[in-house]
Amino acid sequence: MKRFTDDHEWLLLEGDVATVGITDHAQEQLGDITFVELPEVGRGLKKGDAFAVVESVKAASDVYAPLDGEVVAVNEAIDADPELVNKAAETEGWFAKIKLSDASAVGALMDEAAYKAFVEASG
Amino acid sequence: MDDITLKRTPLHAAHKGSGARLVPFAGYEMPLQFSGIIAEHTATRQSAGLFDVSHMGQIDVTGAGAAAWLERLTPSDIVGLAPGRARYTVLTTPSGGVVDDLIVTRLPHGFRLVVNGARRAAVAAHVAANPGEDVALNWLDRALLALQGPAAEMVLSSHVSGDLSGLAYMAALETEAFGAAALVSRLGYTGEDGFEVSLPTEAAEGAWMALAADPRVTPVGLGARDTLRLEAGLCLYGQDLLEDISPVEAGLRFVIQKRRRESGGFLGADTILAELADGPARTRVGLSVEGRVPVRAGAPLFEGGRSVGTVTSGGVSPTLGRPIAFGLVVAGAGAALEAEVRGKRVPVTVTPLPFVPPNTKRKTTP
Repeated sequence: MKRFTDDHEWLLLEGDVATVGITDHAQEQLGDITFVELPEVGRGLKKGDAFAVVESVKAASDVYAPLDGEVVAVNEAIDADPELVNKAAETEGWFAKIKLSDASAVGALMDEAAYKAFVEASG
Repeated sequence: MDDITLKRTPLHAAHKGSGARLVPFAGYEMPLQFSGIIAEHTATRQSAGLFDVSHMGQIDVTGAGAAAWLERLTPSDIVGLAPGRARYTVLTTPSGGVVDDLIVTRLPHGFRLVVNGARRAAVAAHVAANPGEDVALNWLDRALLALQGPAAEMVLSSHVSGDLSGLAYMAALETEAFGAAALVSRLGYTGEDGFEVSLPTEAAEGAWMALAADPRVTPVGLGARDTLRLEAGLCLYGQDLLEDISPVEAGLRFVIQKRRRESGGFLGADTILAELADGPARTRVGLSVEGRVPVRAGAPLFEGGRSVGTVTSGGVSPTLGRPIAFGLVVAGAGAALEAEVRGKRVPVTVTPLPFVPPNTKRKTTP
């Protein structure tokens, strides 16, 4: 099941590996994305670490680790074509796969309905 | 949601209705983008972009002492400015820095100044501290629209009674536009041919709607306004211009005409004329950025181990598809420098400005 953070990231858990990206709402707020700085595979992450940077025409924005874990893969496709994040933020525009230290922690994150309400409340 | 009360331009309702993303800027709630920064940028370069710049301050300066007073506050030739002509200049501080950059236009009844929205209060304090003899200032409550791009003349002509085809670059025409008394100036902040149209507030929305309905026109927000001016090599006050950066350092020698270099007599003249003679301690330069990581304002610049300056503006050029920046670098620095971005060194090369050649209408004699 897809989960969301209040930093506007999404996670999709398969086993103990979460695919992570920024939400469609986030890409819309950022505008035209021109470059994504991805983490190195093997990097250990603590929840809240800035693990990627999204450069839009406007500004540079950090992307934070949603939970503790280790980067096991990054999406080379968005390195070649950063616009993919604008076009398909929650599918092909994923950022990294993170092997979570504690996969059960995902359950505490927002589900789609809660995230939608969160965006509306903060909008 | 508003912590502070943001002012609104006469076009606020139109922007809200169009779904623009509004952000606080210069104390106003202003559109950051309409359809997307790159699309708006490209539309301006290829056809015509429509900008609401009503946050900018419009001031009428009248009285027999107006020209002499403006020559004390700016290093430009104002006395020699012909009626109907506009000039880009700066308000200087007593120590040779810049209070604001502005356009001065000579009209039959006096001068029209257009100052930055974010500098309204600073300009008001500065002029109050430096009063002139026989000078009256009147801050106008008017809208200001800009239409910029190769199609601007053709689009705007059908809404203006005066003839725009004969209007030279950096010239202005008092005429009727959109059914109201307007001042139409051929200038802008994009490097393109284009116009700024000063209108009574009540005429603004009709004018905006009429222009936005033209298929050749794309509404443009602050985001693309910034990328357009960056490509054109133009300064942004608050980044490339500050009270402790001189016009010579900022690469604005051209605002100081020959007579003023000889006569002086403006605030900060001692410092500024010395810099013209001996060269400034720092200079604003264009920077070509290697790779794809944008180098933004505030990034420190190095030449090897030596700190040589700071990036003052930077971003990705939609036209060139690569990062570009301005830096303020010390005299004697070489062309091959490095900017520090997130702890990493990014190679940058000093490069002539502008990044994108201007497409402004050729100067013609009046």
